[in-house]
Amino acid sequence: MDGVAVGSLYALIALGYTMVYGTLQFINFAHSDIFVLGAWVSYTIAVGLGYALAGTQPPLYAGVLILVAAMATCGAVGFTVERLAYRPLRKAPRLNVLITAIGVSLFLQNVGQLKWFFGTQPQRMPSLIEDTILARFAGVQVHLVDLAAAGIALALMLVLDWLIFRTRLGRAMRAVSHDTSVAALMGINVDAVISFTFVLGSSLAAAAGFLYAMKYPGLNQPAHATWVLLGLKAFVAAVIGGIGNIRGAMLGGILIGFIEMFGAAYLSPHLRDIYVFSILILVLLVRPSGVLGQAVAEKV
Amino acid sequence: MRGALPLAFGFALAVALQIAIGPIAGPFAVKLLMDIGINVILAVSLNLVNGFTGQFSIGHAGFMAVGGYVAGAITYYGSFLFWGSPQVQPGWLSGGDLLFVGGCLAGALVAAFTGYLVGLPSLRLRGDYLAIVTLGFGEILRVMLQRTTDVLTSVDEVRKASFGTLATSLGGSLGFSGIPYYTDLFWVYLFVTITVVVALHLKFSSLGRAFLSIRENEIAAEAVGINTTKLKVRAFVLAAAFAGIAGGLFAHEVGTSLNPRELGFQKSFDIVIMVVLGGMGSVSGAILAAIVLTLLPEALRGFSEFRMPIYALALILMMILRPQGILGLKEIWELPWFARRKAGKAEAPR
Repeated sequence: MDGVAVGSLYALIALGYTMVYGTLQFINFAHSDIFVLGAWVSYTIAVGLGYALAGTQPPLYAGVLILVAAMATCGAVGFTVERLAYRPLRKAPRLNVLITAIGVSLFLQNVGQLKWFFGTQPQRMPSLIEDTILARFAGVQVHLVDLAAAGIALALMLVLDWLIFRTRLGRAMRAVSHDTSVAALMGINVDAVISFTFVLGSSLAAAAGFLYAMKYPGLNQPAHATWVLLGLKAFVAAVIGGIGNIRGAMLGGILIGFIEMFGAAYLSPHLRDIYVFSILILVLLVRPSGVLGQAVAEKV
Repeated sequence: MRGALPLAFGFALAVALQIAIGPIAGPFAVKLLMDIGINVILAVSLNLVNGFTGQFSIGHAGFMAVGGYVAGAITYYGSFLFWGSPQVQPGWLSGGDLLFVGGCLAGALVAAFTGYLVGLPSLRLRGDYLAIVTLGFGEILRVMLQRTTDVLTSVDEVRKASFGTLATSLGGSLGFSGIPYYTDLFWVYLFVTITVVVALHLKFSSLGRAFLSIRENEIAAEAVGINTTKLKVRAFVLAAAFAGIAGGLFAHEVGTSLNPRELGFQKSFDIVIMVVLGGMGSVSGAILAAIVLTLLPEALRGFSEFRMPIYALALILMMILRPQGILGLKEIWELPWFARRKAGKAEAPR
């Protein structure tokens, strides 16, 4: 059950990586920091609303409110980052964009650590829903938190799938990712579509951040290494599914969640980060285009 | 042997620093000079990958850690086996000094081999995968080093322990303490000279030109018959070896602690920033940036929490305004100001 919950969170983050890669062909290093921002914004709002006090059981709508607020905040940050840092480099070599992305990532991490924002102390996320065990079968306990996390994540993914494969905007996004210049010739506002991609990816990462904070309430400071590893695993999920492929990212996320949890349970819990990493190496060696991806030869 | 003269000059510089400057300047300045030297080695070697070849590695501190731990373990446990205690063996080129240099070279070898293992799968593919894989490598290495057990501290324990026990008793997350302080100005600047001479000769050799062609246009390079994967791996392995030496020097330096967190991704980013700001492909630019960025935090001690946000902003602005770095591909003596002065004199025939 842990595997499903964690896996769907990885999938949510991986979607952001894969959408940006699909349209702009670069790894958005700052994406995992948007995820961290989502977790911390959720914490700040929850504490600001006064749910940190022991014994107060917040109403059900509180969770929804915080989720939406975090998604809106991170969507706005994602939009700003794309506008200020990535757009001036639209025609620059890919290496420069990559370095910029690392710069943005470092910036978000370390500004988040300043005392006017989240500080350098780890905090504890107040629990918004009661942790009850709903059912247990064959030794597996079904926690409410896990179920809620997996449910919300799956619902968001279904919405995204509908948005991309069933709406005009989604068709425009797919067109831009297929061939940017031809899409522009067909009258698609490419810049607007790319901005929208960033907003979408960032708000999904924010949702993942919120759900992660619900599941694991101990929040580390924004530049802590655990966050880097989480972002890295989500990226591995995107690569396994085939980078640029929306449904591949969902599949990859769930797969990574399962590999990590089963590896930790049956082999050794200390080496859980190493399994995911060896899977990445394996995929890069055997099938670099991922499970659902198509091999594309690089053209001049 | 065009390299003999610069090497001799570097040797003289290292001896002069050690004998003349060191005692006058005092321990704090010596420590700063050693930090600068180690950062110069790191920046110049990372420049081989990120600057010359145009790939993007962000796990350089990982190779530094590999070299540091290997060299540290060799001198620390070796000292126990030879002399019964990890004290510094006094005297220049004493047994301890030789053990230390041997340890550094062994660290470089292991780091190079690790570089080969990490580089081979990712360098076959497009550049951005290397960034992810090296970042992952650094983090995995940190997790693994934190799992090692405490350092053995008595002769009997070390004598009885098997090789496997020694290789996994590296101090865990507290760090490897008790490594004798062998690093001095002479050794640091000797290795700095070797690194710089190798990098400069490489840049103006046919191999270096092949590196640069990969950076400029990988497909075109392949079309003119350059085995891009092989050369990328070669640059990466060479850079990893030098990072291993820097790690060995770092491990034996006074006042540093060899622990997994110290050599994490923050350190890697510091080195990347040196290369990017100094100029990707410029050896003298990387040296300059390493010097400035080592001294800057000392000067701005009161503002240390703003250091990383400012570095990050500098990185973003640099990419938007001057993407090739301050010096770009040029060396300092190729700048217009120097070139004009040189043109005034008659160019000496080579």
